[in-house]
This record gives sequence, structure tokens and C-alpha cells, in this order.
Amino acid sequence: MNSTLLEIKNLQVTINEIEILKRFNLSVKKGEIHAIMGPNGSGKSTFSKVLAGHPSYRIKEGEIFFKGCNILNLDPEERSHLGIFLAFQYPIEIPGVSNEEFLRLAYNSKQKFCNKPEVDPLEFLEIINQKLSLVNMSPKFLSRNVNEGFSGGEKKRNEILQMILLDSELSILDETDSGLDIDALKIISTGINHFMDTNKAIILITHYQRLLDYVNPTYVHVMQDGRIIKTGTSALAKELEDKGYEWLND
Amino acid sequence: MIEKYLGSVVPIGDNYFSALNSAVFTDGSFCYIPKNTVCPLDLSTYFRINDPNSGQFERTLIIADKNSRVNYLEGCTAPQYDTNQLHAAVVELVSLKNSTIKYSTVQNWYSGNKFGKGGIYNFVTKRGICINLNAKISWTQVETGSSITWKYPSCILMGDNTQGEFYSVALTNNYQQADTGTKMIHIGKKTRSRIISKGISAGKSKNSYRGLVNILTKALGSRNYSQCDSLLIGNVSNANTFPYISVQNSTSKIEHEASTSKIGEEQIFYFLQRGICVEKAIELMISGFCREIFTELPLEFAAEADKLLTLKLEGSVG
Repeated sequence: MNSTLLEIKNLQVTINEIEILKRFNLSVKKGEIHAIMGPNGSGKSTFSKVLAGHPSYRIKEGEIFFKGCNILNLDPEERSHLGIFLAFQYPIEIPGVSNEEFLRLAYNSKQKFCNKPEVDPLEFLEIINQKLSLVNMSPKFLSRNVNEGFSGGEKKRNEILQMILLDSELSILDETDSGLDIDALKIISTGINHFMDTNKAIILITHYQRLLDYVNPTYVHVMQDGRIIKTGTSALAKELEDKGYEWLND
Repeated sequence: MIEKYLGSVVPIGDNYFSALNSAVFTDGSFCYIPKNTVCPLDLSTYFRINDPNSGQFERTLIIADKNSRVNYLEGCTAPQYDTNQLHAAVVELVSLKNSTIKYSTVQNWYSGNKFGKGGIYNFVTKRGICINLNAKISWTQVETGSSITWKYPSCILMGDNTQGEFYSVALTNNYQQADTGTKMIHIGKKTRSRIISKGISAGKSKNSYRGLVNILTKALGSRNYSQCDSLLIGNVSNANTFPYISVQNSTSKIEHEASTSKIGEEQIFYFLQRGICVEKAIELMISGFCREIFTELPLEFAAEADKLLTLKLEGSVG
């Protein structure tokens, strides 16, 4: 069986006629964790949104294969059902919609897609309660509105909770570690490590080596000006922490 | 009794449309709840305008005698025509000592096509009076139809310690225009009123809340709380809030809160990324936005209202 989960070839992407991704290539196999680092504005977040199918971006050229099929013409919800998950850099607040309702709906739409029975609210409570402890969240937060009034750490933990709940095969974590204190970082890392197995893959977008102390990446990529300019192991991340990005241009 | 009360809350010359109604009306409904009676079931009426190029001018008069209570629901629909129809009704509520009238409307008159052609002009005068001590009138409305709506269900709080409430959801899409709100006239001492208004505008529609809170000199110790929230969908819809407030004594308290928000592309994308389709996403957000109002509706109406709003917004986002 082919172990390649994601294959991106020669991807060129524009927004408002400005080119953001330029001949971007990446291949991710099952069981791998890829860290993508790089200076601000290098196109990291664009890459994550393009992968999830955000409508604002125009694909000029290139292909994205997920589990062997070209997903460029698929809607965001179809990509989600196939197993692509994006943990947002800035999770959106949704007033008036409770977290429980939101999570249940997301869970059930995936169940439906997989031809599995949808669960009723009581069954769902049992499922979600088991997951809550993985990210150290109290059941109280289920009745609060989605991300509304959440602290930075709570929002990020909520993203990880959703990732665990939807059990996605490919998860992109866009700066999930930004703005977290050390305890929250540990909780999130534990959640990620617990979640990860040989059938899944994770792409971590991060600015800090810190996260990689807890979550061990298979590869570290450096992105600059819309493409990956260097690939290495976790040693590369340490080097970046010391030297910054400038030396790569020499 | 009809002679005594008909036209007592909304006088013939109150406004152009009440005058027109008073001149030509032939039908309507009348309801009297005797003393010490709690009406055991919700009364409901259904209005329909069938003929093209026509007007409908019905009147409703509800009288709740001492210590009585009644829930009254009305639903409205009309078939689709390219020409306009007029609906100019008058509704009068009279609430006597210790009685409560709760009046709920789900209005889904034809709103015209997506280019704004056809639809009902809905110019309705609705007013209630709480005559004696402890009387209460509560208006709940879900306004989704009509090409133009001008409607201000109001309460005259005459007796001491009387209460008026107004709960409203108004949704407009395409070229609809809704100008709706309430008037709370505080006359008696320790009178209380509460206004919760939710406006949702999509397409090229205009949605305005226009309300008056008037606390008169002798209405000592009175209170009002108003909350007006608007939700915008798309880039060319329009939402306005026009609150008029007048307080003529120094022992009364009023509060006014207002907010405007928008269902944005990023919120929708968040739902989509989690595998939830656009329609479901909007349904959830709208029903969350309107929850405070829907809980005021009788149960089966609430479920229906939720679906109706979703239906009305179909295709307007994304």
C-alpha cells in the first residue's frame, strides 16, 4: 500500500493577483511529522489555507494529491470529510452557537460521510467527555459559545480537541503554539503526541523551536518567498533558533 | 363591549392606514376572555391574501378581563404575484386588571421576487393598552415576508405596575424593506417595558428598527430595557437602528444596548473546514442569534420559525 498521504507538485497560488506560493513542492507520508518554519510573510499560512480549500486563493498551476486523488476541485467540506484538518492560527468566534452543538455537528457530518450512524446528543456527550481530558478542558466549556470569550490558550486547546475528535489523517497546525504559556504548550504537545500514530501525518507551522522540544518532527522545512528552500531534521530547527533565517540566503 | 372598545386603542384618525382600514373594513376577529379565566389553549388565526391587486383590511380586537390570560397566534401567507397587494390591518388589545395578553405573529407574506417585483405592502397598526393595575401585554413577532413592512406593535402602560414587552425578529432579503419596532408609552407608576429586537438583513435589503420609549411625568419609578441587535449578511445589505427615548421624571431608569455583527466569510470557512455545509452553518448562526426571541414563541411555532428563516436565506451566502 502506498504510504504517501499528501503530494504537492509545483503549486503556484495568487491572491488579488499577488503571487504567494511559487513552485511549492512537498511530500508527506503516513507516520511523519513535518515542521514548516520561516520568516513572516513567507507563505506558510497561505499554504495551510490553500490545502484546506479557502475560497480567496487562486491556484494558477500545480496539483495537490491527497490519498492519491487530486483535491484541487473539491470544496472545503469535502476535503475535511476526506481527512484534512486545519487548526487555525486565529480560531474564529461564533456567537450564539454552543461548542457542544458545533462539535456534534462536525462529528456527525464526518460519520455521515463515512456511512456510519450519526450519534444523538447523549451518545455524543460520552464521546466528547473522554476527549476533553486529553486537552485538560472542563465539561463546562461545552456549553459556551464556540471560541467566544475564550482565552488564547483555550482557543488553541479547542482546535486540538477538534482534531482529536475528527480523527483526521492529515492535520495542519498553523502556529498552534503561538501565544501559549509553557503549561498550555505542554498540554497541547501531549495531546498531539497522544493523537499521532503510524496512519496519520501532521504538518506543524511554527516560529519557535520550543514546540519541537515536545513534538519530535521527522523533517523540518524552511519556507521563504513562497517555497521550501531548505529541508533538514530537528537539528535544523535548533540552528535556526541560534542563527535566524538570514544565513540561509548566503 | 365592542362598541366601547373598538377604535379606543387605535382611533380612526390615528394614521392614514388606520383611517383607510376604519373606512372599509368588513371582517376580522374578536376575542373576549371573561374574568378569572385562563384560556386553556393557544388561540390561533391564519391570514391569507388571495386576489392579485387587492387589499386586505381586517381588524382584531382582544379584550382580557380581570385576572384572565390568553395566548394568541397569527400566521400570514400570500401567493406569488408580480403586482403588489396591500395589507392594512388594525389590531387592538385591551388588558384589564391583573390580566395578560401574549400576541405572537409569524408573518410570511409574499416578499416579491429576487428583483424586488411584486410582494405585499404590509402597513399594520398594532397597539395594546394595559388599563389597570398589573396588566401585561407581550408582543412577539417573526417578520420574514412582505416587500415593505411598516409595523410598530406598541403598548400603552396606563395602569400602575403594568408591563409591556416586545420581542422581534425581522429578516429581510433581496429588495425587501422592513421598518419595524415598538412604542412603549409609560403613564402609570412603576410601569416596566422590555424590548428585544433582532434584525437580519441579506441581499440588497434594508432593515430598520425604529422605536420609542416615552416615560411620562407621572410614571414614577418606571423601567425600560432595550436591546437591538443587527446581523448583516453579504456586502450590500443595510441595517439601521433608530431609538427615540424620552424620560420626563427623575426616578425612572432606562437601559439601551445595541450591536451590529456580520456573518463573515471566515466564520463560514471555519464551519466548512470542520465538514459542516454552508446551509447548516448559517442555520446554526441564525438560530443562535434569534434564540432569545424564539424561546418566547409557542413550541411548534419556534421550530417552524427556525426553518422559515433558513429557507428565506437559502442561497444568499457563499
